Amino acid sequence: MSETTQSSPGVVGSPPGRDARAGGNRSPLGMLQQLARQREAAVFVIAVLTFVAFWLANSAFVSSTTLSITFNYTFPAIIIIALGEVLLLISGEIDLSVGFMVGFAPFMAYFLDAYYHVPALLAVVIGLLLGVIVGWVNGFLTVTIGVPSFITTLGTGFILWGVMLYTSHAEPVPVPANMANFGHWLGGGNKYSWLIWAVVLTLIFHTLLTRTRWGLHTVSVGGNLLGAREAGISVAKIKYGNFMLTGVLGALVGFQTMYYTATIDPNSASYTPMFNAVTAAVIGGTAMLGGSGTIMGAFFGAIVLANLSVGFAVQGVSANVIYVIDGAAILIAMVANVQLTRLRERGGR
Amino acid sequence: MTEQNIAHTGDALRVENVSKRYGAVTALTDINLRLGKGEVLGLIGDNGAGKSTLLKIICGFQPPTTGQLYLEDQPVHLKSVDHARSLGIDAVYQDLALVNQLPVYVNMFLNREKVRGPLLNSRAMRREAKARLDEMNVRIPSENALVAQLSGGQRQAIAVARSVFSNPKILLLDEPLAAMGVKEGAIILDLVRRLKEQGNVSIIIIAHNYGQVLEVCDRVNMIQGGKITLDKRSAETSAQELTEIVVAEYRKALLERQQMAG
Repeated sequence: MSETTQSSPGVVGSPPGRDARAGGNRSPLGMLQQLARQREAAVFVIAVLTFVAFWLANSAFVSSTTLSITFNYTFPAIIIIALGEVLLLISGEIDLSVGFMVGFAPFMAYFLDAYYHVPALLAVVIGLLLGVIVGWVNGFLTVTIGVPSFITTLGTGFILWGVMLYTSHAEPVPVPANMANFGHWLGGGNKYSWLIWAVVLTLIFHTLLTRTRWGLHTVSVGGNLLGAREAGISVAKIKYGNFMLTGVLGALVGFQTMYYTATIDPNSASYTPMFNAVTAAVIGGTAMLGGSGTIMGAFFGAIVLANLSVGFAVQGVSANVIYVIDGAAILIAMVANVQLTRLRERGGR
Repeated sequence: MTEQNIAHTGDALRVENVSKRYGAVTALTDINLRLGKGEVLGLIGDNGAGKSTLLKIICGFQPPTTGQLYLEDQPVHLKSVDHARSLGIDAVYQDLALVNQLPVYVNMFLNREKVRGPLLNSRAMRREAKARLDEMNVRIPSENALVAQLSGGQRQAIAVARSVFSNPKILLLDEPLAAMGVKEGAIILDLVRRLKEQGNVSIIIIAHNYGQVLEVCDRVNMIQGGKITLDKRSAETSAQELTEIVVAEYRKALLERQQMAG
């Protein structure tokens, strides 16, 4: 059996004409992106369709007030947190606690400002840093201790919630004047400023995911954990980092909500901001099991959710029914996801 | 590489009296092994004999319990895979460490990406990956193809081509022919031959298929029960002899077990 293989120099026998979709795409995610792009296009079309449908159903949907609620408030709050969740989901983790950061960070900043006489700007910066710290704790418990992030962040979320409710006595407070001074930088003031934050951050995170080592390593860690480790990629660094990014984005949305609504409201903290963000990510094609996903998909997914949420409200549909619609949207997106994956795999063989 | 050449240049790698214990389990009892410069060494042995443990020690994944490694006659203590890699020791693992969701050219540069400022330099990576794959005669549909779309042999070839990228002095291939057809395996054997002709790298191949190993290896070492029990030049042994040794060991173990039971 020793004289088995005297092969021709031509070696790797692969049928020709397989590089159909090769070339043209400059993004490092290459073909994956091209496949995902079909998904992004589909979600984009759904975003447009839902918008047009609500417009036709009730022209109040496109009144300047309603448009402002949809795109200057509802949409930015969803997408900014989704940016972090997309990275986390791709790297194989999830953060359930981030929605509570939305209320926790502004309250802590408020206490520092009102009771400890910390300068307002510093108090806000510390509030944002708390997002980083909670992200680090989530990373520590998940990566270093080894508790699944689903459990870790469930626990930290409840703690954030409890601390905020206990210290605030569950009462809303107005934004202190010295803190309101620079609110126009963070989503207050000009009514477009929060939307501008959302668009700019989306572009930054899209670049981060597709054109930097951080993004590639995030995909690698979620796509092949052992392989990434063997290639020398620091899995811990990537996961800690993505938890910290998600935490600070949650705190940012907290301050933006505070400035937009001009109150600090304990009700702003719940699981809802997180669920909306994860839903946007999933509708946009991010895999719950890691390894793939796109920022632009989440961007359009967040528009779909904002359309649904505001559109049904304009129609006078009860907020309670909207949960049914959100749930159906997730299921439809996931079924489509599974079917598409099957198709791709069949096409790849 | 000829024998005189090896004698003159000294060994690329020496493993002396290495043992490895995991708690009460002894994986390696006493390993002594040498790898000449430019040599291709086949490391064979049955499942559980300690091949993979030894490989993990040489590539810096884990330290030995006792014993010493010498790299070009210098004693070394490998702290991590990265450390070993910086010294020129690179490994291609069985699972290949490829990310299916990423295209070939990105995988070729995994964790050694080319950047321009904070951004990836995809064009340069694509160009260099293509040039290197062409040079090594590795044929794939495109360097932009996803790894998920490649065959087993193509994936293995890419993993090997990637490890050669950094010009390692020592390359460890863990079961590169496992679960591969004759035609697929030929891709890898050709690749190893080409590397041997270039003579810049010394290679250890862990393998099951003795026939294929003998075809490309200068020398074979057999590892049994955590020890090297045979060290022969490929020309002086045969697949039949190696197979008989392993079968004899198996029979002996079986007999002992029966005696114990009886």
